[in-house]
Amino acid sequence: MIKKTSLYNLHKKHNARLVEFAGYEMPIQYKDGIIQEHKFTRSNCGIFDVSHMGQLFIYGKENLTKDLENIFPIDLKKLNLNQSKYSFLMDENACIYDDLIITKILEGYLIILNAACKEDDLRIIKNKLNNKYDLQLKDDLSLIALQGPEAKNILEKKVEGVSKLKFMNGGNFKFSDINIFITRSGYTGEDGFEISIKNNYAEKFVEEMLSNGSKMIGLGARDTLRMEAGLCLYGNDIDKNTTPIEANLKWAISKNRIDTDYPGSKIIKKQIQSGVEKIRVGIKPENRVIARGNTKIFSNDDKEIGKITSGTFGPSVDHSIAMGYVNNQYSNLNTKLFLEVRGKKIPAHVCNLPFYKKNYVKGEINV
Amino acid sequence: MSDVKYSKEHEWLKLDGDIATIGITKHATEMLGDIVFAELPEKGSTVEKDGTAGVVESTKAASDVYTPISGEVIDTNQSIVEDPSKINADPEGEAWFFKLKIKDVKELDTLMNKDEYDKFAKESSQ
Repeated sequence: MIKKTSLYNLHKKHNARLVEFAGYEMPIQYKDGIIQEHKFTRSNCGIFDVSHMGQLFIYGKENLTKDLENIFPIDLKKLNLNQSKYSFLMDENACIYDDLIITKILEGYLIILNAACKEDDLRIIKNKLNNKYDLQLKDDLSLIALQGPEAKNILEKKVEGVSKLKFMNGGNFKFSDINIFITRSGYTGEDGFEISIKNNYAEKFVEEMLSNGSKMIGLGARDTLRMEAGLCLYGNDIDKNTTPIEANLKWAISKNRIDTDYPGSKIIKKQIQSGVEKIRVGIKPENRVIARGNTKIFSNDDKEIGKITSGTFGPSVDHSIAMGYVNNQYSNLNTKLFLEVRGKKIPAHVCNLPFYKKNYVKGEINV
Repeated sequence: MSDVKYSKEHEWLKLDGDIATIGITKHATEMLGDIVFAELPEKGSTVEKDGTAGVVESTKAASDVYTPISGEVIDTNQSIVEDPSKINADPEGEAWFFKLKIKDVKELDTLMNKDEYDKFAKESSQ
């Protein structure tokens, strides 16, 4: 049966167009439409219901950090309390089961998982931990993202102290009479926060943010925002057929873990040393044509050299944008490519990611 | 508005003698969302009733544009190619797609009038 988040009624009230996404009925857009929602997030503050995502709490004292390091390729020992890191759950071939954010919390860790993967992830992680620890995939908690340059001001009005958080750090805060956990993080290329809150307070929380000037933003704009920010979407840009090195996400593998053991560590080390055959790059078509997932990529001399994994129109860059995998020899910046869209070969070139870099408003630079 | 007819593929057609101006309906644009790309048929080409005669893409997906009748393309609206947002702004006016020299007027009989289309659009979106 299709699931609903605690904000379902609020979505309805705001005239959301609802679609099924990863087993949940989720808002793809509201009445302003994707482009307006996208631009509002870049200029002001958007609210995203991301409660479909998994919030996995793992509690345990001795050895938990060590046991989790046997699963994730990051230096968890160095993670401060309430600090977050981006990582992966991988198989023995370094292929990606899921990408995730792991945060050190009191007496354990919080891992944010993709909605479509969360049940499988739980099983895999539980299994790898030999059932030694207390694992809770919480469905009594909602997850709400507040994104955009005004997010810190709007949230600070109701949650005092939150604007002092550093990026990729979190903490416990008070909202009304309850505790909420907030991290300064997001998926839009903007400053922002992700708020974990009890289901029965989620609507009240969102209403307060709305009355302070933010707006509801759907999954459609979430996708164009993350595309402009050059961020991967699991299932499109990374999946069980790609490794983090192929996905050009080497930065997420902690340096001092490269020589140590975790699932896929041998492959990761080999790929770092001797390179990869295919690699993820940013691609800009030279006209307005959109090259969607599975579009074939050709070289200047008409060889098929790869596939697009995500493509859309970037409202803030005002251009068609895409990312995909090409044979490594074609991955240099500005390499000329052709994209086969509806039988026509559209000229394009390899470009830097992200497509959109944040322009901080004047005055804020010196603060 | 009696000279405007509609297809089940959500195109509108406005008659002026043996020339038909064709575009997509407001209902279609509402279903598509923000349109960010438009492709039109070649001027001088001939198109067959219910055949593909263009493409529109929204931020979400690509959709074919069909021609409700057969004919020769005598003009295309390049302003919507340059600024596809015009299609959302004024789909049944300024943002027409192409003009056809009609091949067979009898094909017009297969199309709906406004009332019929409105009813059809309402039912098909439920």
